[in-house]
Amino acid sequence: MHDMIADSAKVLAAVDEAARTVRLSAARPGDRGVIVDVRAESHPGDHGVNVDELQRRLLEFGFVEGARIEVLHEGAIWRDPIAVRLDDMRIGLRRRDAEDVWILLDPQ
Amino acid sequence: MSDAALPTARVALVGNPNSGKTALFNALTGSRQKVANYAGVTVERKEGQVFTGAGRTLSVLDLPGTYSLRARSPDEVVTRDAVLGKLAGEEPPDVLVCVADATNLRLVLRLILELKAVGRPMVLALNMYDIAQRQGLRIDLDGLSRDLGCPIVTTVATRKRGIDDLVAQVEGLIAAGAIGAENSWREPDAGQIRDAHREAQRILKAHVRPPERPDTFTGKVDSLLLHPVAGLAILLTLLFVMFQAVFTWSKAAGDLMSDGFAALGGFVAAHLPAGLMTSFLTDGVISGVGSVIVFLPQILVLFFFIILLEDFGYMARAAFLMDRIMGGAGLHGRAFIPLLSSFACAIPGIMSTRVIDNKRDRLTTIMVAPLMTCSARIPVYTLIISAFIPNRTVLGVLSLPGLVMFGLYAAGIVSALAVSFVTRRLFWRGAVEPFLMELPAYKLPDPLNVLRSLYLRGKIFITRAGTIIFPMMILVWFLSSFPGAPAGATDPAINYSLAGRIGHLLQPLLAPIGFNWQMTVALIPGFAAREVAVAALGTVYAIGAADASPGALATTLQHNWSIATGLAFLAWYVFAPQCASTIGVVKRETNSWLWPAVMLAYMTALAYLAAFVVYQTARAFGLG
Repeated sequence: MHDMIADSAKVLAAVDEAARTVRLSAARPGDRGVIVDVRAESHPGDHGVNVDELQRRLLEFGFVEGARIEVLHEGAIWRDPIAVRLDDMRIGLRRRDAEDVWILLDPQ
Repeated sequence: MSDAALPTARVALVGNPNSGKTALFNALTGSRQKVANYAGVTVERKEGQVFTGAGRTLSVLDLPGTYSLRARSPDEVVTRDAVLGKLAGEEPPDVLVCVADATNLRLVLRLILELKAVGRPMVLALNMYDIAQRQGLRIDLDGLSRDLGCPIVTTVATRKRGIDDLVAQVEGLIAAGAIGAENSWREPDAGQIRDAHREAQRILKAHVRPPERPDTFTGKVDSLLLHPVAGLAILLTLLFVMFQAVFTWSKAAGDLMSDGFAALGGFVAAHLPAGLMTSFLTDGVISGVGSVIVFLPQILVLFFFIILLEDFGYMARAAFLMDRIMGGAGLHGRAFIPLLSSFACAIPGIMSTRVIDNKRDRLTTIMVAPLMTCSARIPVYTLIISAFIPNRTVLGVLSLPGLVMFGLYAAGIVSALAVSFVTRRLFWRGAVEPFLMELPAYKLPDPLNVLRSLYLRGKIFITRAGTIIFPMMILVWFLSSFPGAPAGATDPAINYSLAGRIGHLLQPLLAPIGFNWQMTVALIPGFAAREVAVAALGTVYAIGAADASPGALATTLQHNWSIATGLAFLAWYVFAPQCASTIGVVKRETNSWLWPAVMLAYMTALAYLAAFVVYQTARAFGLG
């Protein structure tokens, strides 16, 4: 019985975390959290460079697992590009290039 | 130590963009600087000298800023190869000076780890240290120095603080005979970049306490300047003020210079015997070079604004705001500054496309830059508008000539966007380069650095443009002067020259767009620079000193041209590739004759098409 409660709490926590894990490309101004994954998979051949190169550039700019991130601003047209605070830096990037950055939003 | 000079040592400055590296370079070398290009590539090479207390000369190289040694643009390739000592025509540096913004250490720490792998002796300069102190940022310098294994100097480049200390540390390394370790740098993969970040994070945590009073100014300013509506409105206002300034502030200086060149030409003509040499000097060299140099004031005013906004940290924001708008046409956000410069003159515009990493993005920008209405078109526009557009008010407040002028500017911008859009769709399908850029903290520009950059820009324009313009001027002068008029000739001399013959030859080709032979002939000297066409029209219509009395020329044109012809001439000039210097700069920047040829072909085709449509339409409306 006790185990079941603990398990369901774990499941709930996992569900909650999954719900709070979003792509940076889908985040809106005010969203903040921690980067949990930086992948190399979306739209291969559609970034002008291959996805591995894009991933490396993102990593070099500090989009790395564990970094604090907050979306600050977005552009006027199609809400693009976005400006983020990444740890103690500010960076502007296009949403299409931010798809493989996954963030765990802080609990509300 | 004897008085005999010690051997010169080579020092290379490396660092992230926005680290104040150039300010430090200026503080180190003062006016002992030389700007050139690296052999074989169009990357600016800045070198300067500094003397150490020990009597050694340090030759300091200011390398392009980078976030990593994994080079992605031609600039960054230079930095990587110079650091590795593999750059053709350069000797490897004896000591690296890594310049870091003390308030923004995270990314530079990763770069430092890469530099350490290279194995060269290195000094770390923590620049903008005053700002770090003001923010209450605590850095354990000794600990950091031990951890990184290199000496650390704190500097405030804009106030020349810490410079002597930096020079002494470099001298110390050289005097101690530091030779460094074997190069173990390899291009890192994603996993290694992550590891390097973790290491940087560990170092940061161990030796740096976060600021007690972090910079909140940048955030506040950004919420206004990056606001989707207000931000764009401010950008447009800024652009408007800039253009006002470019055309009003510089007018007096520009007029003074063109008067000066005219006077010089007159002086030479008056004091030398009339003949070939005098004609070469006055019509070829003085008026030719003068016609381009008169743009210097405008270019300086424009660059003054650009440098000011750049140093303030605004230009990255402008690129951010414009990215989607320009991206719609297939241009990169960074193309904004080059295209902006092209409103003064395409030459500095094309030269500043070097900030664009991707080759295709850069080429597209170069190809459309001359479509921006440069100031050389203004005399032509003004002449034709004053001759053919009635000075009426429309809709109560707008003047018709002003409206036409605005329309010509708009036509330039729209066609530039259209050409780049079509280029993207037809030739370079596939995606655009990622847009990732740091939005640096706002900083008050340092007046001395602004002036120094401005001086440098002016010097570069004069020397580079000058070396390209000069041979072109000679060619154009030659075409318009040889062979000379026969004895007893009644027509203007140009009519008998090669240019005149080419003009007559081409005239049937240009008849469908309404150009008569006088116009066709005037187009050829107009190749020197667009506004020279005005003087050339004066010459073929045998109006002495057309520059001095534009009214007389306008009246003559009114009597000789139909309205349709006048409008076709305007349409021609929106696109006309009539600037030999631009073609020369494109050759130089792309290192090939292919691109200038493509530019010449497509712009001529567009000019012809536009003039044809305008001429035929106007005729259909009975204006022929």
